[in-house]
Order: sequence, then C-alpha cells, then structure tokens
Amino acid sequence: MTTLLDVRNVSKHFTMGGIFGRKTVNAVMDASFSLSAEKPEIFTIIGESGSGKTTLARMVLGLEDPSEGEILFQGQKVSRHASKAERLAFMSKVQPVFQNPFEAFNPLKKIERYLESTARQFLHTKDRAAIDRVMDEALQKVGLSLKEVRGRFPHEMSGGQLQRCAIARALIPNPPLLITDEPVSMVDASLRMSIVNLLKSLRDDLKVSVIYITHDLATAYYISNRLIIMQRGRIVEMGDARTVLDNPQHPYSKLLKASVLSTDDAGAGKLATDPGMVQAANGLVGEAGKLVMRPDGREVRVYG
Amino acid sequence: MTRDSKPDLLKVEGLKAYYQMNYYGVEREVRAVDGISMNIKRGEVYGIAGESSSGKTSFIKVLAAAIRPPLKVVEGTVKYEFKNGPIEVTTASKAQVEDVRWKHLSYIMQGSMSVLNPVRRIGRTFKDFAQRPLGLTGAAFEARVVSHLARLKLPPEVLKAYPHELSGGMRQRVTIGLATVCHPEFIIADEPTTALDVVVQKEVLSLIRDIQKEMDSSVVFVTHDMSVHANIADRVGIIYAGRLVEEGPTRQMFFTPRHPYTAHLVASLPRIGDTTQRPALEGRPPNLADPPQGCRFHPRCPLAVDKCRQEVPPLETVDVDHRTACWRWQDVKPLVGSAHPAGVMA
Repeated sequence: MTTLLDVRNVSKHFTMGGIFGRKTVNAVMDASFSLSAEKPEIFTIIGESGSGKTTLARMVLGLEDPSEGEILFQGQKVSRHASKAERLAFMSKVQPVFQNPFEAFNPLKKIERYLESTARQFLHTKDRAAIDRVMDEALQKVGLSLKEVRGRFPHEMSGGQLQRCAIARALIPNPPLLITDEPVSMVDASLRMSIVNLLKSLRDDLKVSVIYITHDLATAYYISNRLIIMQRGRIVEMGDARTVLDNPQHPYSKLLKASVLSTDDAGAGKLATDPGMVQAANGLVGEAGKLVMRPDGREVRVYG
Repeated sequence: MTRDSKPDLLKVEGLKAYYQMNYYGVEREVRAVDGISMNIKRGEVYGIAGESSSGKTSFIKVLAAAIRPPLKVVEGTVKYEFKNGPIEVTTASKAQVEDVRWKHLSYIMQGSMSVLNPVRRIGRTFKDFAQRPLGLTGAAFEARVVSHLARLKLPPEVLKAYPHELSGGMRQRVTIGLATVCHPEFIIADEPTTALDVVVQKEVLSLIRDIQKEMDSSVVFVTHDMSVHANIADRVGIIYAGRLVEEGPTRQMFFTPRHPYTAHLVASLPRIGDTTQRPALEGRPPNLADPPQGCRFHPRCPLAVDKCRQEVPPLETVDVDHRTACWRWQDVKPLVGSAHPAGVMA
C-alpha cells in the first residue's frame, strides 16, 4: 500500500502578544493520520470552532509550516519554503475549496476568468481551445457546463452553483486530493445536499480523495469513510465514521452527538443538554492522555 | 393547543414590499415580498424558513419597521398590538417607531462580530442601546444590565471587555442580551445561530427559548436550517420566492407536509444512523425581478401540472392552523427515504 498523504506527529504553536505577556497557543498537538493512494476516501475532520481543524488543513495545503513533525505528500515533504516550480507541482495535486463561495470569487470578474487562470497555470498553454475544453470538462464533472457559466458574474449564480464552480476550478489540474473547508456551512439547506452528493460522486466516480472539514455530524455520517474528532488541538477519537458516530466513546464525541438537533420529535421543544456531559467533556481539555486502539478499529484518547 | 387562548400580537395582511429602483431612466422592480398574510400570537415562537433570495430578510425588515428606500411597502398592513397601544408600522411616523423600538419590538441580528462595535467595550454598547428606552441612569442602569447578563450566564466582567476578547458563543449571548434587556414583547431573531458550532448552537437556542418563556414574548425565528425549527418553533412558515407557501404547527410541518417544497426541505435533512441517498433539489430560486407565472415553485416541482404553470394557488386551510398554497396538496407525500419517520408513516 502506498500512502497519498502522511501526517506524522504534527503540532503547531502560535505565539501571541508582544515581548511582554507573550502567550503560546497550541492550535494542533501531535496529530497523525494517513490516506492511502489506492483507495480514495472521504476523510472528515470534525471539531468545534477553535479546535484546530482549519490549521491542520492549512498545514496539509502547505500554507503553514508545522512547528513539530512533518507532512509527506506522495513521499515528498510539504513545505512553505519550496521553490516556485515545486510549489506549483504540489498545488496541481492538492487543491482547496473554501467555505464561502461568495467570498472566494471576485464579484467584479466573470467566473470563467477564475477557471481560466487556473487552467492556464497548470496546463502551461495559451491555446484557447485547449483551455476551453479543460474548463468544460471540469464543469461537466460538477454537473454544469461552460455554456451555462460563460459570461456570468458570481452574483448571477446561486450559492450552490457557485460552490460547484469553486469545486470545478479545484478539479482542473486533476488532483488526487481535495481539501474542502466547511464547503456547505454557508450554503442553503436545500442546496447543501447537492454539494454533499457531489463530493460523494467525486470519490466514487473520479477516485478523488477528499478531506472534508466540518462541524456538521449529520453530513459527515452521510458521506465519510473515516473521521477524526478534534477538541482544542488534540485528536480525541479517530476511526471508521459509522463505528465512531453510532456509538461515540470519548466524552467530547458523546457531547457532540448529543448536541445534534434531531427532527424526530419536532415541535416538542427539547433543547436541554445534560450538564454532566458538558462537564465531562470540558474537564479533559488540556490533559495529554494518549490514543489507544480499541478492538473495533477505532482509536480513542484515554487519560491517566 | 394553547395557541387559541392567546390574543394576536402581530397581524400582517396582504403585505407587498418591493424594491423599486430607477437608474438613468430604467425602472426595475424586485418583488421581494409579494402578498404575505399571517398572524402571530403573544408568547409564540414562529419559525420562518426559506432559502437565500426568497425574500425572508426583506419581510423581517418590514416587520422590524426598518423600511428604507429602495424597499417600499406597496400594499398591505403590518399591525402590532402592544401593551401601550397598537402601531401600524407601514404608516407610523419615525417618532412612533422610535417609541416602540427595543422596548417593545426588538431584533437579534446575524453575525455578532459585525453588530458589536469593535472599538467600544460591551458596557458602552449596552448604554448606547438600552439607556434611553429603559430610562435609567448610573448605578440603577448598571445593576439592571448586570442582573440581565447573569440570567444569560455571563459574568459582569464582559461589560469591560471588547468584542474580540469574547468567544463566538459569548458574543452571540451578548447580542441576545442587548435585544432582551428591555423585556420586549416581540423579538425578531435573524439566523442567530448559523455561524456557531453544534454545542454552542444548542446552548444559545435553549437560552432564547428560556428567555422567551420567562418574558412571555413572541419570537419570529428566521433560519434556513429546518432542524433548528424542529426544536424551537411552535409554528413554522415557509417562504418561497416572496410568498408564504405553507404554514402550520411544527409537528405537522415535519410529519405531514402539504407543500412539495416543505416535503423536500424535510426530506433533504441528513441524519446520523442513515446513509441512504438524499435527493437534492435541482434548479435555483427564481429571480424576483421576473418571477415565473402561476405557482412560483412549478419549475422545480415534481408534481407540477398545467394548472400550476398558469394559476397562482391560494393559501387554503387544510387542517387546524395549517395552511398551504398548492393545487395538488392532497398528493404531497413525505418523500420516501426521508430523513424523518414521516417517510415510514406515509
């Protein structure tokens, strides 16, 4: 088995404040996981805001250097200080999709400009016909076509369509890995499923691996193969998505699952969270503990 | 239901509010709110759902008496029955609106970071908002604010803090505090939890619910997330392309929806423990400057027939408190494999 992405004992600290009153924030602490090259999967990172999930993704994208540990992509070290050629080669294999499609696109430029510059960058060509063909292919993959998109500005598209365009752009260099940071949190509920189903078909039909960052457990359960749950920079539970979410073991994972709003008894107005659960989850923040493998294949952080 | 025993606090009748623009002699009219009628009782939580560009924000702008050009109320009335007398916001003078704002009619806004002034301490913001409507000064005012913050489980120290020093959940609680410190009778909450993660979201929702019960206020709760409505609203109304297409008690809306759009919204919710393929609604919301003829949902509706393309369906009563605007409401079935037990019941 060859690995596509190997994250080895990665930590990231940020220093805040000036010379006096300097504070260190541990955004990510000792995170390790790997993705296989042969079997494409949707790998989900779940966590509250401030849990370090975005920092982890930024390190995988090479936008941030890890303070400790290293990240290997296809055997090569991911570094912010690589030469421009190396960086381009890396970018053609790992592509990001961001949270808010309305911010990702420049409102004053036509959408095709954005796709075009990506195509030109990675194909090293100025041939219009070739660029058009690549753009159309990428848009077809997400259920759009160049004919629909050509000449339109971002405000003329719905949020769902725009997010699909952003995914199409990321697909232009045919990357084996997509990193999507909360791709559905800004999209309307009715369009959310179209994006989530799209990610699923990318994995199944185009064999693209996806790192899916979210705080929405329901869509994570729906599409992902494996997942990690992060709390304040530490991975607290990791394993098969169904195994973990059907029966979470770590107190924090339990709290997350209990906080998902259910529609089973709609109108009953049940909103109380068990305070014992919150306490159990928060009491463990800051303790190191270590990840222990369970018989069902998942890893859970245990303490003491 | 206890709904009938309480009087109406808000009556909206045939409300039409359009954006009317005239640039260089070219007239353009966007019909953001196109004939909405609804009543909201005292002490009720009314959920409004709808996708972006469905006109829900324009609608609540009118409810909040924040009608500024180019938005213009073309037709209809919006009448509140406050304890200190009725007010008709579409014709009320500026002074009349100022009189009820915050004290009787209040607004929890989306995006707590952009609501709070980043260069002012929270205490100062409280003064700006609440000092005049409350009519208190100095220590009395401070005591009132501190006791109110305690109810929201916020320590008095937050008054000395700047917005960036607080976490997202705390900031959202501060904005709820601002909106409720004067004990308003009517609160409009516009997506107050959209940016929060699941744990904090639940906390904030139960807080809004508790405060609402304690003060017996009415709340209009706007969000596109149906699972939030399921847990907080007494009744839910669905807005599509500027019109109210269905409204009813929350439970009925989820278990026996009578409009294909509602049925779809409920069915598309993913659920833990279920990985069956969820349908996604194709197409996009209509352009309100040029809405489709007949029922506005027909281009995306799986049940559409010729009648739907030509005639606008009226809002008919199909059950107690349950109204829908669909020619074929009797054929609407909760979608199979839906996120909901309704799929099994049907």
